[in-house]
Amino acid sequence: MDLSVINPILLIAALMSAATPILLAATGELVVERAGVLNLGVEGMMILGAICGFAIAVETGSPLTGFIAAALGGAVLSLLFAFLTQITLANQVASGLALTLFGLGLSALLGQGYVGIKPPRMADFNFGPLADIPVIGPILFSHDPILYFGLLLVAMVWAVLKFTRAGLVLRAVGENHDAAHALGYKVVRIRTLAIMFGGACAGMGGAYISLIRVPQWTEGMTAGVGWIALALVVFASWKPWRVLLGAYLFGGITQLQLNLQGAGVAIPVEYLAMSPYVITIIVLVVLSADKSAAPGSLGRTFHASH
Amino acid sequence: MIRLEKRPQPSRFFAYVTPLLAVLATFLFGGLLFAALGKDPVQSIMTIFWEPLFGEFAFYYRPQLLIKGAPLVLIAIGLSLGFKAGIWNIGAEGQYIMGALFGAGMGLAFYPTESVLIFPAMVLAGAFGGWAWAMIPALLKVKFGTNEILVSLMLVYVAEQFLASMSLGLLKNPEGFGFPGSRNLQQYASAHNAEIIAGSGMHWGVVAALIAVIFAYVLLARHRLGFAVRVTGEAPRAARFSGVNPSRLLLFCLGTSGMLAGLAGLFEVSGPAGQVSIDFNVGYGFTAIIVAFLGRLHPIGIVLAGLLMALTYIGGDIAQSQLGLPAAAIQVFQGMLLFFLLALDLFTNYRLQFGRTEAA
Repeated sequence: MDLSVINPILLIAALMSAATPILLAATGELVVERAGVLNLGVEGMMILGAICGFAIAVETGSPLTGFIAAALGGAVLSLLFAFLTQITLANQVASGLALTLFGLGLSALLGQGYVGIKPPRMADFNFGPLADIPVIGPILFSHDPILYFGLLLVAMVWAVLKFTRAGLVLRAVGENHDAAHALGYKVVRIRTLAIMFGGACAGMGGAYISLIRVPQWTEGMTAGVGWIALALVVFASWKPWRVLLGAYLFGGITQLQLNLQGAGVAIPVEYLAMSPYVITIIVLVVLSADKSAAPGSLGRTFHASH
Repeated sequence: MIRLEKRPQPSRFFAYVTPLLAVLATFLFGGLLFAALGKDPVQSIMTIFWEPLFGEFAFYYRPQLLIKGAPLVLIAIGLSLGFKAGIWNIGAEGQYIMGALFGAGMGLAFYPTESVLIFPAMVLAGAFGGWAWAMIPALLKVKFGTNEILVSLMLVYVAEQFLASMSLGLLKNPEGFGFPGSRNLQQYASAHNAEIIAGSGMHWGVVAALIAVIFAYVLLARHRLGFAVRVTGEAPRAARFSGVNPSRLLLFCLGTSGMLAGLAGLFEVSGPAGQVSIDFNVGYGFTAIIVAFLGRLHPIGIVLAGLLMALTYIGGDIAQSQLGLPAAAIQVFQGMLLFFLLALDLFTNYRLQFGRTEAA
């Protein structure tokens, strides 16, 4: 075992990259849940985004187009969920599970011709001389644009939810859909938009895995990241900045266990690989005692009949 | 103007008809999917649903129906109890794996001793493995209010890694020339879950599934505990007033579903699969969720739904080898079924009103 092969600067830089898929998906899901909808289909939308982004990036040669396609793919799949839960008033838990099962199958089907191909690489964002600063340069200024987009997204979601009228309406719909409906807000329309936003974010998160993290396409490659993102929203108490913190914590754990595997620690690979999931459970236990921050109408079906 | 009006009582008629409509809609859209993949839709559907039952080689495929259906039914029966009460165990796949590992581990520990007691001990160990794995989300929920959906699902990934570790390590066949995977239990008479009647597909897992169905039916229709399950699902507050202890119910529902999933894993690993290997599990734990819903969370419905899903597995395999239909297409097909079912369920609880809306 040789722990000195783990370079702390590279580790921090890599954990930011490892955190980005979780961050994107969890930020999207946060908006969905603040609107009062529990979409358990994050994993399905991520994996569909992963293959949509991968396929389009390979076909067009442009990773950016790939990411846009991934966002579209995730949003389109999430429309199915919106249809089930908002129009046909189906149970949200069951519909979310259906979305995940369907997404896993559909992505495997779409991805058949793409196994073993290398996607085009996305160039790092050019910060000029900033990237050459020791320590800070490699950590902060040498990443791909999507990573920065993720950070920007968190800031935007935070600002919109906290300071704008649209954010207030969204939160009102999530806290008490009957009251919001009585005030004349279009509950179903607002929720559908929120669900689509969540789908687009999850899709991009998936594409980040297939285009930048791995980069390759394999069936079921998201391997539970979508579920970790869901857990993250719970223990972030539905607050955007805490999602960021949580995502980096998980990125750190994921990256550290990968580095430990590489360094040949005496712990078997399988036990290192299960650590992110075990730690998710532990953090859930520690932080989920307080549910007071949960949106009041979370997971409840809305029907304007009374 | 079309409006939805909530029915005072869920429609019994639609409760029975929607699964059939969902199957028909899935045939239609599944056919379109197969056509889009460049296969003849009618031929594909026939290959999947007709060939295994009445085709030339039906004598070979019909027993498969029991072999593949039994684990699905066994798991889905357990899940349905929880789903009815609003308790979401979606980690059956993990409990299935742990049941298989505990059961196979018990059997392999006695290798090469032969005794009639070994198989029953394995059954107990398998049930215990699944039960214990399900107790983790159950106890965390009771003690700390942790979301059981997320915990049970996380534990699937943990169990998969544990399975990999076991089949490469502790349970690895010492005479396996270094290949991953355990000794083949089919060649170890005391531990082999053999067919009770040769060639029928009837192994002990099928018997267990039938017992579970009867047990669940009686429980739900006649027993106080079944009443508690139903009331908790429909009106949690009313359930509490009527003296239902939510924690105890949670432990019961998750424990039972874990135990049944563990049993399913054990019967699979000691019979059809034969050995513990990295990928002996084929996702029955997740497909069983579809089975539970398609069967209306009702024991008899689950048997029918389990057989139908088993048919899609068998027919899917045939379609894969004969028509080159990708395995993933079957997965999409199964997912579609759940979608249509959930969407069409609208008509069970609501009725469509045509005409003008009255001024509210």
